[in-house]
Amino acid sequence: MKTDPAGVLTGTHYLDGDYACGEGAMAAGCRFVAGYPITPSTEVVERIARRFPMMGGTFIQMEDELASMAAVVGASWTGTKSMTVTSGPGFSLMMENIGLASMMETPCVVVNVQRAGPSTGIPTMVGQGDMMQARWGSHGDYSVIALCPSSPQEAFDLTIDAFNLSETWRVPVLIMMDECVGHMTEKVVIPSAAEIDVVPRKLTAKPPGQFLPYQSNGNMVSEFARAGDGYRFHATGLTHDERGYPVMTAECQEKCVRRIVDKIRKNADKIVRFEERRIEDADVVLVSYGITSRVARMGIEMARRQGVKVGVLRLVVVWPFPEKRIRELAEKVKAFVVPEINYGQVVLEVERCAAGRAAAVPVAHGGGGVHDPEAICNAILEAAK
Amino acid sequence: MSATIERREVKAEDHPIAPYLRMDRMPHIWCPTCGIGTVVKCYATALGEAGIDLDKAAIVSGIGCTGRVAGYMKLDAFHTTHGRALPFATGLKLGRPELLVTVFSGDGDLVGIGGNHFIHTARRNMDLLVVLVNNFIYGMTGGQNAPTTPMTARSSTMPFGNFERPFNIPHLAASSGASYVARWTCLHFRRLTQSFKEAMQRKGFRLIEVIAPCSTLYARLNKLGTGLDLMRFYHDNAEIRHGADTRELDIDFQGRIVCGKFVDQERPTFSEMMDEHYRQILGDRYRPMPPEGGMIHGQD
Repeated sequence: MKTDPAGVLTGTHYLDGDYACGEGAMAAGCRFVAGYPITPSTEVVERIARRFPMMGGTFIQMEDELASMAAVVGASWTGTKSMTVTSGPGFSLMMENIGLASMMETPCVVVNVQRAGPSTGIPTMVGQGDMMQARWGSHGDYSVIALCPSSPQEAFDLTIDAFNLSETWRVPVLIMMDECVGHMTEKVVIPSAAEIDVVPRKLTAKPPGQFLPYQSNGNMVSEFARAGDGYRFHATGLTHDERGYPVMTAECQEKCVRRIVDKIRKNADKIVRFEERRIEDADVVLVSYGITSRVARMGIEMARRQGVKVGVLRLVVVWPFPEKRIRELAEKVKAFVVPEINYGQVVLEVERCAAGRAAAVPVAHGGGGVHDPEAICNAILEAAK
Repeated sequence: MSATIERREVKAEDHPIAPYLRMDRMPHIWCPTCGIGTVVKCYATALGEAGIDLDKAAIVSGIGCTGRVAGYMKLDAFHTTHGRALPFATGLKLGRPELLVTVFSGDGDLVGIGGNHFIHTARRNMDLLVVLVNNFIYGMTGGQNAPTTPMTARSSTMPFGNFERPFNIPHLAASSGASYVARWTCLHFRRLTQSFKEAMQRKGFRLIEVIAPCSTLYARLNKLGTGLDLMRFYHDNAEIRHGADTRELDIDFQGRIVCGKFVDQERPTFSEMMDEHYRQILGDRYRPMPPEGGMIHGQD
């Protein structure tokens, strides 16, 4: 289906990543946003607050991030595409209702413009320290999808993809941006509405009475009924059966949570996305995402000039993780070098998939700035030895 | 002298409020003499008598004994996270403005963990009917102290009696901006039903606090007898004072419980304020959220 033109600012623009993300949401058909101000993400909702009244969208500034996330889950149950935007400290508060969204299988999008943590950290400066929190941050087992844009253009494009993925899989989709991408201004091309494909809510065709809200089909994704259409369904954060009724048994837990986990795990091949360059002859593969993938380019060039065959794998979708591809590459290459603005998070996943067949070398940076390309180059040279 | 009461066998499905309940979920989890069932009965009766379109009515609960209400009502029903029923309901209402959204939850959920949401949702005069069942204690977890536990009353975490001042809930709601505020006990089931009906015809943040017996925990820990004894206590100690100054509605341990309607004042809701403001500032450029929600319908 093509999107609603009211939300599409067709043209060539000069935008920062935050604004581009906001434009992406509106172009994707998002019409409800709840948020709480937090640096460096606030520009996303500022953009939306200014444009929403002209396209039938409602923005509400909530009292905190707990409320923002709860409101987004509530709004999504009306079929209105919903999003919230935050940074580290707010992301921590949202974990509670990201869990609820996962358990109730609620499509929604959460943007985290990452800054340096922990705690209040450096609010105005970059970090990538929430990558594992994105995967595991709420309690219990569940699965999410997380995307990492590395430019304002990609912030726009991936925000549309995030909504489409959330509708397809009925999961919260996390856009794990970072302060640098959020505040970097570049050319952003916004196509016409006729060129933007959106996935509408998969509403059930069954009449009330015959519809079971959590009956899965071959895809493991259930059909949806929205509030107010006469289905009088029940949705809960408790472990539930196909009727959406709580059942407190280990058997029901297995059935309910297994599907929530497996619908992403078993369909990872359809969701995983990455970009590779010069990987054919590579001895070393640099794995990165977000702003770090751009900083790494210079380090790679420096290493290439010194004769090291280094290729690049840039993660576009970080969760689910491209396990298969890392395993394949681990058979061929000597080492993976993983620069990220944290003390080693995604590198753990690379190491797990490489399973000792290739080294996984972290290049840590605590945040508040980006890597020195020389540090990345040195790590590549060392790994190539 | 004793008399035998003839009990006619009545099928559960024939109960007058059965059409409003998920009868396939009965029996419910509440203890004998718990007051929550009475509040549900009054609420369901009011839905019927007020002629509410049940397909357009949604109910949201948080966590706790009263948090289970949404799960038993045959409406679009959401059993959410602890304390977050109000913001969840805010999203639901704003996402599809034509819905009648009720939040049905307990004192610990709404003014304990959810206290911040409570004052802000009232401040915005969000168009929600809020039913707060106050049993003075955290029931589901086993009788811990609540922000409503009266001074000196015992709870499992205040074994020597409570020394924290409790909230005066009608005053909290009224001073935060609620447009309708009432309080009843479970004994006042006719007045409570009337109050629900009346509130269903109003708009904005409408709070109805219902004092309810918890004989398993509150009464047992405080040696107050059975649920019936608590109902007798309400009979002897509840006082109806419509329009009372909400500052004077504190509840002391085994003290008087002032009931009635304290606030019934029409004020524009969040959505009305937003619509009016944008129409004024943006004129024809303003496009409000459609009543049925902002879903994208196909163009191809």
